[in-house]
Amino acid sequence: MIINHPLLGPRDAQEFTYLGDAGLMNRPYWLSETALQQFHDYLYLRKNPAGEHRELWFHEQGDRSWLVVTRNTTTHEILRVELARDVALANKAANTSQEPQQ
Amino acid sequence: MRYSAFGLIKEALSGHKGWRPQWRDAAPQAAYDYVIIGGGGHGLATAYYLAKEFGGARIAVLEKGWIGGGNVGRNTTIIRSNYLLDGNEPFYEFSLKLWENLEQDLNYNAMVSQRGILNLIHSDAQRDAARRRGNAMILNGSDAELLDADGVRAMYPFLNFDDARFPIKGGLLHRRGGTVRHDAVAWGYARGADLRGVDIIQNCEVTGLRIESGKVLGVETSRGYIGAGKVGVSVAGNSSRLMALADMRLPIESHVLQAFVSEGLKPFIPGVITYGAGHFYCSQSDKGGLVFGGDIDMYNSYAQRGNLPVVEDVVESGISLIPALGRARLLRSWGGIMDMSMDGSPFIDKTHIEGLYFNGGWCYGGFKATPAAGYCFAHLLKTDRPHETATAYRLDRFMSGHMIDEKGQGAQPNLH
Ligand SMILES: Cc1cc2nc3c(=O)[nH]c(=O)nc-3n(C[C@H](O)[C@H](O)[C@H](O)COP(=O)(O)OP(=O)(O)OC[C@H]3O[C@@H](n4cnc5c(N)ncnc54)[C@H](O)[C@@H]3O)c2cc1C
Repeated sequence: MIINHPLLGPRDAQEFTYLGDAGLMNRPYWLSETALQQFHDYLYLRKNPAGEHRELWFHEQGDRSWLVVTRNTTTHEILRVELARDVALANKAANTSQEPQQ
Repeated sequence: MRYSAFGLIKEALSGHKGWRPQWRDAAPQAAYDYVIIGGGGHGLATAYYLAKEFGGARIAVLEKGWIGGGNVGRNTTIIRSNYLLDGNEPFYEFSLKLWENLEQDLNYNAMVSQRGILNLIHSDAQRDAARRRGNAMILNGSDAELLDADGVRAMYPFLNFDDARFPIKGGLLHRRGGTVRHDAVAWGYARGADLRGVDIIQNCEVTGLRIESGKVLGVETSRGYIGAGKVGVSVAGNSSRLMALADMRLPIESHVLQAFVSEGLKPFIPGVITYGAGHFYCSQSDKGGLVFGGDIDMYNSYAQRGNLPVVEDVVESGISLIPALGRARLLRSWGGIMDMSMDGSPFIDKTHIEGLYFNGGWCYGGFKATPAAGYCFAHLLKTDRPHETATAYRLDRFMSGHMIDEKGQGAQPNLH
């Protein structure tokens, strides 16, 4: 598989390590009333779809950036690649009103 | 039809005209007491034991393709009872005991071959771990022997003993482990279940679960609606997709594991060798092909085929252990989709939906579990209580803190 890195261009997937569902970027709020259940779901439960999957890849043998790769798990086709940092900042901007920061 | 040596000779002398199909190609009826989803080894074994041991009434196995087309027909056929943890080892020992009597029980030649499994040791730390595991196995009624390097050399003189990175210092030998002809397991259970009245319905994909007021009423399929008293799900790599039909998310990710077979060679590997340090394991089939595998491809996949970097990786570690492998030609490679769980251990449990039961999360080790998984799942379906060897396989164990993590890897399915 070739991952089209937003900064470095097309790179062999072998340069990366894989973490899993990009939902892992959204840690639950630790002081929430339901934190225990939320952390259980966050850490252990997965949607694990057949089809489009947003997932985290780490460019270990390269610039050591984290990427959010949107990939089809039935064909291995890569549909979109974003810097995880950009995704996190966009998430934060969308969520600031909802949960207090630590 | 009962199989026997006499019958075989009779057929051989009369042109093999008397053989009959081993199971009926059943059409779905309107309703069953038990519907098992998934005609893999586990689903067929569940139906068999349900009918045989637990007096199940009307039973159907629904398979979206043909039986044996999933992982039961794609694995590297290794059976063993060499686990460390209490939640696991009694279950796998129960399974191995069922294997030991399987052919008599099914009246079917599944080529169960207890040729022994050797886990190689390369360091003091690995020897300590192997000794501890061996003791745990023995305590649970299994067998284990610790070998030194000479003991390994006597069995497999052709291994690369003096590799700079992973010199071989010994091994943990589990003599009762071995291999089984995987397709024959699917066929043998299918025949046994069919003989006891189970309907095996192929080309019947489950596309929906009909659930009302927290109770399952039946399943929607590509061949119409089928009512069910109880529904048992046993679909291996497709577990998350199936349970999503009941709005459940599971502690499972689907990953592809590849396997390989070489051209046929004269017999030179009598048992199974596993090389944990190099991520490689190998045995030789009765036809002479070397059957081997290594790591999973590491990312979520439902593709049933892997990528080339892992092929290279597996072959490299294989040749580093068995230099002679470099002379053999690779005949085939293939992939299967596995339900990798968050602690590397499986589930045999009820769900919060009445009448809906789940068996899955078997990772790359569910073939050896086939008899016990079928038996224990049937036990649960019939009695609503877990079998005594499968009490730890609960879906809520991550919430209660009772993980069964043999490797201590944590919630990272691709590392188990
Ligand atoms: C390459 C490889 C090597 C392996 N090596 C070993 C080994 O050496 N030892 C070992 O113990 N284990 C091994 N395993 C693991 C083992 O094969 C599996 O854990 C085990 O076979 C899973 O159980 P099963 O046989 O019921 O699965 P399967 O045979 O996959 O059965 C599941 C069935 O469900 C069907 N299904 C899915 N969705 C639906 C639906 N919606 N409706 C109807 N039917 C559906 C599928 O078509 C399939 O036939 C290996 C796996 C692979 C891929």
